Amino acid sequence: MALAKLKTDTTQARLAGLVLPKGAGWATAARADALARVQQMGLPTKRDEYWRYTDPASLTVAAAPEAAVFVNDETPLFDAVDRIKIVFVDGVFDADASDDLTGENVQIERLADAMARDIHWAKDLYGVLETRSQTPVERPLAALNTAMATDGVVIRATGDVARPINLIYLHADPKSDVALHNLVKVEAGATVTLLETGPAAARLSKVLEVDVADGGAFHHVRAQGRDHERRAVTHCFSRIGADSTFKSFTLTFNGVLTRNECVIEIVGNDAVAHVAGACVGDGGDFHHDDTVFVTHDALNGESRQVFKKVLRNGATGVFQGKILVKAGAQKTDGYQISQSLLLDDDSQFLAKPELEIYADDVACSHGSTSGAIDEDALFYLRSRGVPIDEARNLLTLSFLAEALDEIADAALAEDLRDRLEGWLSRHR
Amino acid sequence: MMLEIKGLKVKLKEEDKQILKGVDLSIAPGTVHAIMGPNGSGKSTLSYVLSGKDGYEVTDGSAMLEGADLLDMDPEARAAAGLFLAFQYPVEIPGVGNMTFLRTAVNAQRKARGEAELSAGEFLKIVREKAKSLKIDADMLKRPVNVGFSGGEKKRNEILQMAMLEPKMCILDETDSGLDVDAMKLVAEGVNALRSKGRSFLVITHYQRLLDHIKPDVVHIMADGRIIKTGGPELALEVENNGYADILAEVA
Repeated sequence: MALAKLKTDTTQARLAGLVLPKGAGWATAARADALARVQQMGLPTKRDEYWRYTDPASLTVAAAPEAAVFVNDETPLFDAVDRIKIVFVDGVFDADASDDLTGENVQIERLADAMARDIHWAKDLYGVLETRSQTPVERPLAALNTAMATDGVVIRATGDVARPINLIYLHADPKSDVALHNLVKVEAGATVTLLETGPAAARLSKVLEVDVADGGAFHHVRAQGRDHERRAVTHCFSRIGADSTFKSFTLTFNGVLTRNECVIEIVGNDAVAHVAGACVGDGGDFHHDDTVFVTHDALNGESRQVFKKVLRNGATGVFQGKILVKAGAQKTDGYQISQSLLLDDDSQFLAKPELEIYADDVACSHGSTSGAIDEDALFYLRSRGVPIDEARNLLTLSFLAEALDEIADAALAEDLRDRLEGWLSRHR
Repeated sequence: MMLEIKGLKVKLKEEDKQILKGVDLSIAPGTVHAIMGPNGSGKSTLSYVLSGKDGYEVTDGSAMLEGADLLDMDPEARAAAGLFLAFQYPVEIPGVGNMTFLRTAVNAQRKARGEAELSAGEFLKIVREKAKSLKIDADMLKRPVNVGFSGGEKKRNEILQMAMLEPKMCILDETDSGLDVDAMKLVAEGVNALRSKGRSFLVITHYQRLLDHIKPDVVHIMADGRIIKTGGPELALEVENNGYADILAEVA
């Protein structure tokens, strides 16, 4: 079927004048293939089923809307954590600000360097999981990223990587329009923790492809920065093998538009995939969208989706979460919860939980709620002398706790909790 | 006076229903008063209005705590001024650890009174000691506030909060409801341990049996939004033996 005119026009306008970056043969082929897929699918419009609650226009328009740079003198997140820092300024790798890209049991390279080499393991991962994840739901913005991205990192964990790798995304130019693409390959039995912090750009498109081999473990903790006017569309594509672990947590502050998609495919038996997120938004121009798709295609898989949103002053939150259990994926244990705390009558939460199950011996549950602060609990705290603002914060943090609990590392979770507390005390 | 209530009239905010129709009550420092009365007489409303719960409108009268106008204060200010309400139905707060809750409350009150906050170490030492005498174990301190607690555990947790906050004026709203005899004894022991010259109690109950364990100085009978009779501990026994019917008939 021919694409609708709006879609065709949007796609043509975005791709006009686009010149694909040069690279090694395989890289050039991967980019050309991605571009062809974008042309075939067309870029999203709000008439698309998966964009009904989030208008993608500002993500697809050729010229990115500007976003003021948010200046603050806070200590960088995870500052006390012994980590490998890799800094990008408006999407460009900053060697001077970064640590040496070396660590025990891990190879880290700049994406641009990997894509310039004729023979590189990245060939078998770059755009590969993204392509696999285009069915049954198309994700054309991710394909566009694969076509355009020049920077990012490629990480290959070959054993237990003791120090977390922290990708720090700084935003300096109010006009920056950035595509970052990162690859993580976790070899059999290897373990790695990836931290991502910062707003990155006025408009960011980011793809993360994570391939976790049998027995591997991938831990991911991300904090999306506070710049009020920034926009971001991010995709995390992961394929996980037998006895492996995938855990991803995202904390989002502010931003006019954030769309975080996470697509996980469990292909090996006894694997565990947890994806969680918390967001706090204040004001009518805050829009945050979590779109998650977990596919069980193996025995004894366990998946959890835990998403919590705190919304105030007309903020909007969206959750679209799906669990697909393929035929034969018996003994699957799937859980999904999405909840919002609406701090006033103007804020809204739109949730679309979906289960699609083709195996007959599984346990899958899902729930979604919207609520206000519990007045009885608030009075209880106040009657014990806790001032009303502090009591509200305490109850709000307790609402978010279930999501934060998904972070395996207590110190990282505590750091994020402190930031949340700070945000809540500034937004009363 | 510790607590001085004069002509207090209260209606529900949402509907035109008068609950308290002129309550007068004076509680001297160091004394224990009990209020008994049939269901719907306004006992719990009195405790909520004194502690500042939303949903009630004071149409007349006053309530002073050591000369300060209680009705003019936020609930947290009343607490800092020394008022404490042990809830009939303690609220469950998932996600907030009991210890965090206690420490936040203690330090918030200290701060409001201009005192230094307790360090984690100091706090822990005090809370462990007080918890022990109420048979509250470490697990109950770690769990979220009142979540999964039995009826008895919830009430003991109320008394622990009271012990930690060291209020001047303690109101116990049907603390005996839902307790078996042993649990009631434990709670009463906790309360008795807190009795002192400078601390007053207002014990709200349906039954005389709690008053066997917490001996009151003064007993009031409340009915239809008013205190209709005041006497000594013997008044509680009269209720136990004859019910409220005689007293109600007497004053009608």
